[in-house]
Amino acid sequence: MTAIELSAAVRSGERRAVDILDEHLARIEERDGEIHAFNLVTADLARSQAEAVDSAVAEGRDPGPLAGVPVAVKDNTCTRGIPTTCSSRILDGWLPPYNATVVDRLAAAGAVTIGKTNLDEFAMGSSTENSAFGPTRNPHDTSKVPGGSSGGSAAAVAAEFAPLAIGSDTGGSIRQPAALCGVVGAKPTYGVVSRYGLIAFASSLDQIGPFATTVADAAVLLESIGGHDPRDSTSIEAPAPSLLDVLERGVDGLRVGVLTELAGGPGGVEGISPDVIARTAQAVAALEAAGAEVSEVSVPSATLGLTAYYLIAPAEASSNLSRYDGVRYGLRVDASTTGEMNTASRSAGFGDEVKRRIMLGTYALSAGYYDAFYGKALKVRTLILRDFAVAYEKVDVLVTPTSPTTAFGFGDKTADPMSMYVNDVCTIPSNLSGHPAISVPFGVGDDGLPIGVQILGPAQSEPIIFSVAAVLEDVASKGGAR
Amino acid sequence: MSDRITRDEVIHVARLARLELAPDEVDAFTEQLARVLEHAADVESLEVDDVAPTSHPLPLANVYRADEVTPSIDRDEVLAQAPFAEDHMFRVPPVLGEEP
Repeated sequence: MTAIELSAAVRSGERRAVDILDEHLARIEERDGEIHAFNLVTADLARSQAEAVDSAVAEGRDPGPLAGVPVAVKDNTCTRGIPTTCSSRILDGWLPPYNATVVDRLAAAGAVTIGKTNLDEFAMGSSTENSAFGPTRNPHDTSKVPGGSSGGSAAAVAAEFAPLAIGSDTGGSIRQPAALCGVVGAKPTYGVVSRYGLIAFASSLDQIGPFATTVADAAVLLESIGGHDPRDSTSIEAPAPSLLDVLERGVDGLRVGVLTELAGGPGGVEGISPDVIARTAQAVAALEAAGAEVSEVSVPSATLGLTAYYLIAPAEASSNLSRYDGVRYGLRVDASTTGEMNTASRSAGFGDEVKRRIMLGTYALSAGYYDAFYGKALKVRTLILRDFAVAYEKVDVLVTPTSPTTAFGFGDKTADPMSMYVNDVCTIPSNLSGHPAISVPFGVGDDGLPIGVQILGPAQSEPIIFSVAAVLEDVASKGGAR
Repeated sequence: MSDRITRDEVIHVARLARLELAPDEVDAFTEQLARVLEHAADVESLEVDDVAPTSHPLPLANVYRADEVTPSIDRDEVLAQAPFAEDHMFRVPPVLGEEP
């Protein structure tokens, strides 16, 4: 059952939230030993939430649009009194003194928060192999990675441990694992969902968003968590986007652009596999058949996004992660002076990828290199915004692959960081521009593993990109992605 | 190995970031960071003198709120998470007398 169906059944009294919870806990019990989607299953908290939902229904009150729906929450999202680790040893055992705004909003919508999901340490990675607590496995093929960094959330939804999950997306960390696990994942416009209580990686890029099995479920989750929050100074002063009421409006007359630099042609980004290119082209053809006007649109700076991102994100991370110093929370390794204690704690607490990015960011910001690297990367960000602005004069949305390949094997890309970083090549431009994007499953690759197609739009175009995704979902459900 | 970044630079950057690396870690990071910086040559070589930088996707303005007293996070709950706290303060080893 979808989240929308479950919630309707709970609100009408047809089903009890505690029974729904028990079914999901049983599936977790049965299979999460193998998948490792969760760092922590919060069964007791979930039960008390489910009981409260059932009581509300019994008393004639409406618990909300997510009544009794289990939701998994990425473990970089603060939950008061419940361990929040970022899959890092440096936060092992830390109990946040407050809830993230999204966690409070989930509760207010009647959701049942079932557990904290695994991620690449501090959300730095594209495979969930960088977790200090071991990798997550792809439910479609457990010899493959689930993608990352929100691999645990994607796997939890794909394995039906929860119909919905929360992720965070700094360079593709919702959309890429959604594609690899065959589920829907969206990165909203920067500022649509409050970042209060999301542990910072790269503050100008981080955005929280939904995972679900259907576009409609992702829409109801985003409607529930989005909207202005005075506790996040970068929050857009607008209510959450209204999505469900426009989801069925189709694409008739809509101007759809194929982003040429990400379509496998000459001069574009290399390394996108032919089966992914073919599925994306098939999706575009399906939109044209459904009434869309299709054209090719160039976003030349898209080819520079990857490099700019891997300078900007580490630079912001090197600053954000300076707070882990062994003083106020988390791991402390004792030493005779504070400086030595800081160094000893950080060296013991951070994993290799986090150290690598802190050093890359420190280097890019250091005297003599700032102008050549960080300064130039910020200018590329301007070029990307300009190119998108030109593109969106010609088209309403752009269609691209989400990930260059289907799910890959464990250890395939860990030796060379650059080979891992290129996984984000199609998703990064939206983070640099702050624009929304959604990945929707569309058929499988030559290996039988899921492929995701990505729809991009200008700022606050969520109603449009979600309705395009709904058309592709409908086409795929009718066998149009074979 | 590329000469994009040297071992000494990696050691220097690690010190700035308050990280201590074992000799084999210095070797590995030097090689890996060099590869990432090689890739960054496409951005480094761009002629973008006339382009203004963008540090943030939204036009940001300072956000003010009414000067009203509201509940804040509980002090004891915060201090309970510290590795060492004493008399409502975070406790650290000696700071004075260190090299900068």
